[in-house]
Amino acid sequence: MNKPIQEIEDEIVEEFELFDEREGKYDLIIDMGKKLKPLDPKYLKEDYLVRGCQAKVWLHAYKEGELIFFEADSDAIITKGIIALLMRALSGQKPKDILDSQLLFIDRIHLRALLTSQRSNGLTAMIQRIKAYAGAFA
Amino acid sequence: MLTEKLTVPTVFDVEQIRKDFPILHQTVNGKPLIYLDNAATSQKPLAVINTINDYYERYNSNIHRGAHHLAQLATEAYENARQTIAEHINASTKEINFVRGTTEAVNLVASTYGRKFVKAGDEIIISALEHHSNIVPWQMLCEEKGATLKVIPINLAGEIIFEEYQKLLGPKTKIVSIGYVSNALGTINPVKQIIKEAHKVGAVVFIDAAQALPHQKVDVKDLDCDFLGFSGHKVFASTGIGILYGREILLEVMPPYMGGGEMIKSVTFEKTTYNELPYKFEAGTPNIEGGIALGAAINYINSIGLENISAYEHQLLEYGTKKLLEIEDLRIIGTAANKSSVLSFLIKGVHPYDLGVLLNEQGIAVRTGHHCCQPLMDRLGIEGTCRASLAFYNTFDEIDALVAAIKKAVTKLK
Repeated sequence: MNKPIQEIEDEIVEEFELFDEREGKYDLIIDMGKKLKPLDPKYLKEDYLVRGCQAKVWLHAYKEGELIFFEADSDAIITKGIIALLMRALSGQKPKDILDSQLLFIDRIHLRALLTSQRSNGLTAMIQRIKAYAGAFA
Repeated sequence: MLTEKLTVPTVFDVEQIRKDFPILHQTVNGKPLIYLDNAATSQKPLAVINTINDYYERYNSNIHRGAHHLAQLATEAYENARQTIAEHINASTKEINFVRGTTEAVNLVASTYGRKFVKAGDEIIISALEHHSNIVPWQMLCEEKGATLKVIPINLAGEIIFEEYQKLLGPKTKIVSIGYVSNALGTINPVKQIIKEAHKVGAVVFIDAAQALPHQKVDVKDLDCDFLGFSGHKVFASTGIGILYGREILLEVMPPYMGGGEMIKSVTFEKTTYNELPYKFEAGTPNIEGGIALGAAINYINSIGLENISAYEHQLLEYGTKKLLEIEDLRIIGTAANKSSVLSFLIKGVHPYDLGVLLNEQGIAVRTGHHCCQPLMDRLGIEGTCRASLAFYNTFDEIDALVAAIKKAVTKLK
């Protein structure tokens, strides 16, 4: 069982608080992106594409017991870093907890200020898709 | 820092010119702005900004319809701008229509000339280099009329294959529509020869000159094109204004585009007659300050001299190309023999979007993605590129800064 979403969010905020400057935050996101486990190539297909960004994002979800797990990938490193944050917070959680989560950490780390409007739309699209899966698996 | 001294035309004082562009003197994320997105839109000199201010401060009025002093001043200024623009491209004022931009110019020709003269079974030719604005209106026309869209293939350097173009031409070809300069790759097309071949089969030619006007002389009589469109905002004037040039005999036989005020001679509920050229295609109150400012922009670049601009930009392009190619794993996309000042590139293992974002963190504005040329990107087998597009207010130091910033970004991203 994963930690509660709120606890994970607090950890993420603490990690980002170590960096005052934008450059440091980008470095952290890029580092997370580099460490993200690659997605099985069988999911790198049209059916799993999340639209809304200049970079491609593939998202796959599956249920194990009462928990939903997400795996995702992108062809852009910064997008992978953002994916890594979302996976960390939401993967391995119960559908209801995912649906109820407001993901306030995004505002607390001022993530959208680091993103272009296109990438911000992409982030929104990813969150919507994740919540849609949660709703479907609930 | 320049590691080599280059000879530049001594008439061209770029630092002096940069003083004319207030927007260039700011910082982004704590770094000096380096604006390298000129193919998307250009920056505006004080001559243009002050013209717009002056218009609204001193003589704003509706044109062609007032008996009063302000209306006369506004009409005069607008029509003087039309005259300036006509002279600039060697046309007559009857052949110069103010539109919103190149996209509208294409749509106007497709909707009027196209609708009237293209029939089922006819053919329209474009190239694989085209911007969406020079693809979609023709697709829409072909769909409506049952005509066929044919595409001139390109080689991997981003040049049209002229022999293949010649094979596409035939008795069914009604319209050929080609970009003069590719916005994504910088390729300069052999438009004069393209036009000559098209005329042999009785087809008319539309030239998308949006990326040509800012950088070089364009002479519609010398080209012998039938239509030509360009956008004000790419040639140092404001957004929402552009020009459609059309050969007078063609404009005369084309039906109107939009209906309304200005484009009429007389209106009754039984019948309306249309105004003469160029007003037939200018319905409603236009972007008056935009038209006047476009005239000011043309005067401004002529005061510097297009030959000087072309020569300087060519040196920038050569220098930029050389410096970029020194970066490991970087490949230039668009290596035509004849190029304008566009540097599109990819770095192996780096997504262009990530690179663009990190360049922005260092104050550098480039564009990433498909550049509104998805079919071109498909043809080249890529998703998109990172593009630096230069203008005459960019400097060699800025290119050095771009190269340094790319190297810094790549060490983070790889």
